[in-house]
Amino acid sequence: MTDDALVEVEDLEKYYFENDTLFDRLLGREPSAVRAVDGVSFDVQRGETLGLVGESGCGKSTTSETLLALREATGGSVRFDGDDVFEMTSRERTQFRQDAQIVFQDPFSSLDPRMTVGEIVTEGLRIHGLADSAERTARAKELLERVGLSARQVDRYPHEFSGGQRQRIGIARALALDPEFIVLDEPVSALDVSVQAQVLNLLEDLQDDFGLTYLFVAHDLSVVRHISDRVAVMYLGKVVETGPVDEIFEDPQHPYTQALLDSVPRASVEEYGRRGGTLEGDVPSPRNPPSGCRFHTRCPHAREACKRELPPDYDVGANHDAACFRTDDTHEYWQSAPLEHVDDGGGSSGGGVADDD
Amino acid sequence: MATDTSTSTESTGFDLPPIVGKVLSNRRIGLGLAILLPIALVAILGETVAPYDPTATHVADRYAGPGGQFLLGTDHLGRDLLSRVILGGRTSLLLGFGATALALLVGVPIGLTAGYAKGRVDELLMRIMDIIMSVPTLLLGLLILVVLPSNILNVVMAIGVVYAPRIARVTRSATLSVSEEEYVMAAKARGESSPYILFREILPNVTGPIVVEGSVRVGYAIMIGTSLSFLGLGAGPPNPDWGFMISTARDHIYQTPWFLIWPSVALLLTVMATNLIGDGLRDVLDPREVGDHS
Repeated sequence: MTDDALVEVEDLEKYYFENDTLFDRLLGREPSAVRAVDGVSFDVQRGETLGLVGESGCGKSTTSETLLALREATGGSVRFDGDDVFEMTSRERTQFRQDAQIVFQDPFSSLDPRMTVGEIVTEGLRIHGLADSAERTARAKELLERVGLSARQVDRYPHEFSGGQRQRIGIARALALDPEFIVLDEPVSALDVSVQAQVLNLLEDLQDDFGLTYLFVAHDLSVVRHISDRVAVMYLGKVVETGPVDEIFEDPQHPYTQALLDSVPRASVEEYGRRGGTLEGDVPSPRNPPSGCRFHTRCPHAREACKRELPPDYDVGANHDAACFRTDDTHEYWQSAPLEHVDDGGGSSGGGVADDD
Repeated sequence: MATDTSTSTESTGFDLPPIVGKVLSNRRIGLGLAILLPIALVAILGETVAPYDPTATHVADRYAGPGGQFLLGTDHLGRDLLSRVILGGRTSLLLGFGATALALLVGVPIGLTAGYAKGRVDELLMRIMDIIMSVPTLLLGLLILVVLPSNILNVVMAIGVVYAPRIARVTRSATLSVSEEEYVMAAKARGESSPYILFREILPNVTGPIVVEGSVRVGYAIMIGTSLSFLGLGAGPPNPDWGFMISTARDHIYQTPWFLIWPSVALLLTVMATNLIGDGLRDVLDPREVGDHS
């Protein structure tokens, strides 16, 4: 990895505790942890877009909210521009709150229904005392124009806008404080496909104009491929593979990434008759995650070794890491027995999971 | 006073024209206001509209029946009942609205804090509220007034304390759901402090249920205030109030039932009016649709 990382996430953990009320304590119940994020590490280079993908419930949104210190982390560290986000003084924190922003998935829940659009967009300037009332209105109008809305709409309320327009307002709000880094938490997944493209293009234009760094969280792989420079794939609270976008899509190394890519429907004639969704079974509960490799319960290549040991990140190419024993030719994995749920032929009958290494 | 309270609560959160229109066109609210506003107006004007001094005794005209010189008759001391009902209304309304205002003042911040902080803070605050709520309201009011001298201020305080936990509960539950909204997260992301988030982002979005709860509480507070003064712990004689009037009327119920009837009717109309307004507001600002006006 190069050294120009704006955001460095290391072993980030976010557990939610159940049975943790005073009452439970009195009854002597042990709090049980839900490991939403369980040791996630990645970094985001200055000026790039890192796509963070995975199934619903794998912890991508929790990761993004925790790394902005919007939720309290259970463990690990996040460095932003060299400073530890969780150890900041209040002055550093104030600066961080201007430099790092977030755009949310749900354009309906993300805008305060009792504020005008102008107030929503420029509330940050007001908090940080960066502009007086007249300046704020001017800035709000400028930002609305910049994201493709009309300056005349500055006094309207959110309910007067469509989903796509609301998402543009959310983007304008994130831009108001001139941030360096924006977390885009599934910013287009609630929108119509035609609107998705417009918003994605807007995001790319803004990145060029303002030199922004993005963490783009999504479950839609085609969207991620379109906008990302690098991709990190998450499964059940862990990152299983990271790499440049083309390598991830053309030459995925982790069986989960392969399965995820195979499940994308494609519009081509050869695809006729292909069974979509080659992954079987449900995502295991993060309350009680599987031992060893988290993916071994569903992996078409799983062997005994996967159950016993958590695979480390193997270097499988330039800037490309995958947490799978199959990338290590010398690992004892190759000698251990396949797990029961795995078909005899390993990957051969597992749909499109190619076995060509 | 009644008008003050209702308009100020409306204007804090409901600047949106459709909401104001809905509130004003609601039939229950209209009927409630039609009853309450004249009562409140007369109570506020008090001495200026009352035909006699409510404490003046007209010894020659004791037990005068309704009609004639004294429109609603006189009591056993020859005091004009109409004047006493009018001035008594002032006490009762002051109790109802004052106590509710106090309950809101105490309960809303507690509920907001508990609902937003969650965890230990929530647990601690709400268990204290539960303890207060577990004592029957009238009994708790009595207990407070046994310790404190019973004047109007302390009665307001007692009822306010009794109802604050109920307001806190409603506020907390609304806050719990609103604090999960992404715009609260966005506010945090741009560096807003917790108190600022509570009052700027969350409070305006939980006013619906709070206004409903508050308006229902006004009626209950008047009832409790009346009950306390019926039991002799009210504002105290010689100032008239409905509860105390009903209490003294008991002794004369067979000879002169109108002693009892006038304050009872006034109480009935007032409580009914506030309940109508409360129900109407509940219809308009359905708590299940807090924060969603699309």
